[in-house]
Amino acid sequence: MTVIVDIQNLRKSYADGFEALKGVTLQINKGEIFALLGPNGAGKTTLISVICGISNLTSGTVTVDGFDIIRDFRAARSIIGLVPQDVTLEPFGRVKNTVRFSRGLFGQTANEAHVEIILRKLSLWDKRDNQCNQLSGGMKRRTLIAKALSHEPKVLFLDEPTAGVDVELRRDMWQTVAELKATGVTIILTTHYIEEAEAMADRVGVIAQGKMLLVEEKHKLMQQLGQKQVEIQLDQQITRIPDGLSDYSLELGMDGYTLVYTYDSRGHRTGITKLLNDVASSGLVLRDLKTRQSSLEDIFVGLVEKAEQRGNV
Amino acid sequence: MNKIAIGTIYRSEILRFLRTLTQSFLSPVLSAMLYFIVFGAAIGPRVQEIGGVSYGQFIVPGIIMLTVMTQSISNAAFGIFFPKFTRTTYELLSAPVDFFEIMCGYVGAAATKSLSIGLVILVAANFFVDLQIEYPIIMVLLLVLTCICFALFGFIIGIWANNFEQLQVIPLMLVTPLVFLGGSFYSLKDLPPVWQTITLFNPVSYLISGFRWTFFGQADVPVVYSLLALGIFSLGCIIMIWWIFRTGWRLRT
Repeated sequence: MTVIVDIQNLRKSYADGFEALKGVTLQINKGEIFALLGPNGAGKTTLISVICGISNLTSGTVTVDGFDIIRDFRAARSIIGLVPQDVTLEPFGRVKNTVRFSRGLFGQTANEAHVEIILRKLSLWDKRDNQCNQLSGGMKRRTLIAKALSHEPKVLFLDEPTAGVDVELRRDMWQTVAELKATGVTIILTTHYIEEAEAMADRVGVIAQGKMLLVEEKHKLMQQLGQKQVEIQLDQQITRIPDGLSDYSLELGMDGYTLVYTYDSRGHRTGITKLLNDVASSGLVLRDLKTRQSSLEDIFVGLVEKAEQRGNV
Repeated sequence: MNKIAIGTIYRSEILRFLRTLTQSFLSPVLSAMLYFIVFGAAIGPRVQEIGGVSYGQFIVPGIIMLTVMTQSISNAAFGIFFPKFTRTTYELLSAPVDFFEIMCGYVGAAATKSLSIGLVILVAANFFVDLQIEYPIIMVLLLVLTCICFALFGFIIGIWANNFEQLQVIPLMLVTPLVFLGGSFYSLKDLPPVWQTITLFNPVSYLISGFRWTFFGQADVPVVYSLLALGIFSLGCIIMIWWIFRTGWRLRT
């Protein structure tokens, strides 16, 4: 895999001494969707801001497609597109004009055909002559994406792209991101919606209090760290777990009809066969079985909690 | 150099100017007309000639300078303050442009706007007084340089200002008094000697005097001083803007 964004030991401190990034090292591969997960204040937006030139870095280096963001800032920035977290548009500017403005600012000659393609793809063509303050929240967010894509970037940063948008628009946005990936654009998105990372990302990075806790391929992460659960639906209601099943650390569901068994999917033996035999031996009758894999959210919460306990963050 | 970016910022600012024509164009032109009517037509005939020039004629360069200086500052200050206010500066900061390109775009547009206002006032002044311009080329040169110089200063104010109040405070509390006390409506020679000396510390007086010289061939201070004052002040502003973008003062976190 070719690395397109290379971040080495990046630190960012503010004048009041607060250290927002504490030596972040991270490589983003060309053509992938990378999801940067982290709680509020973890340093996600700061990291993006430094890479894009909105914040000054304190130390460390960042290169984009081989170009240093300080030394070769023109080359580096010209291949980056940024969709900021806040919906910030010139309120009285018209949609088409604001997209044209972005393209020109990045040194690209006017290309009406390209602008039209972007606006159509983002369902904004009908609103092209509207002032930005006449748009709905979702349209404003799409306008920001259109602006970021106007100069045909190779790397697109999406900072909380679906924060505060409805479910339908969120799905549309995911679709748009998938289409962009198909055209070869590398996408780095920050989010605290685990669902979003789970749906879109190829790789996931977890950041908390300015430190990268983990970077891993999403599927591997879920496979490696994921715990699975078996939900055993009983035919009759019980009030306590039978003594014969006390070795299994089972949880009894609130309704008294469900036993939940958690096991490590990486383990050689899961213990499910023996459990089911012992359930039958205890005189319980099974009505149904369900398995559930722990979500990225469970993994994420677990990681951050562990790091906090270890004093790692 | 990213010339396309300069043109993009410039066009965008000129479009904004055209969008708010009443406020940004008609209003200062109307104010200048009121000065001509009140000081030129109503009071002027009762005031004796200054160096062989009628009072109505004498105040024309001063009023033009007063207008272009204040308009250059407010246009440039608002031009960069507005993206700050709407938090769209992220786009400028993340674009492949440096301080010079951003400055050229915003300052160039602000100077163009105030220059157009100044020229309209100059044309309109002919309806009130009989106007002769002794050195028209130098007059245009001084006018253009003044517009650029004060737009550079306004650009710094726009970056410095954190709110609308701060945006207004320097133009109102510093620039307007300096322009009024810099000889817009009177000759410095008419002041008592002490005040003449004090006025020499007012850089604006050099500009007004020089500009008036291009009309009537007579000045309170040599015209070369006017050009020198403009050059030094502009250079100082450019160095300040370079430093602002280098450090990110009031722009980057």
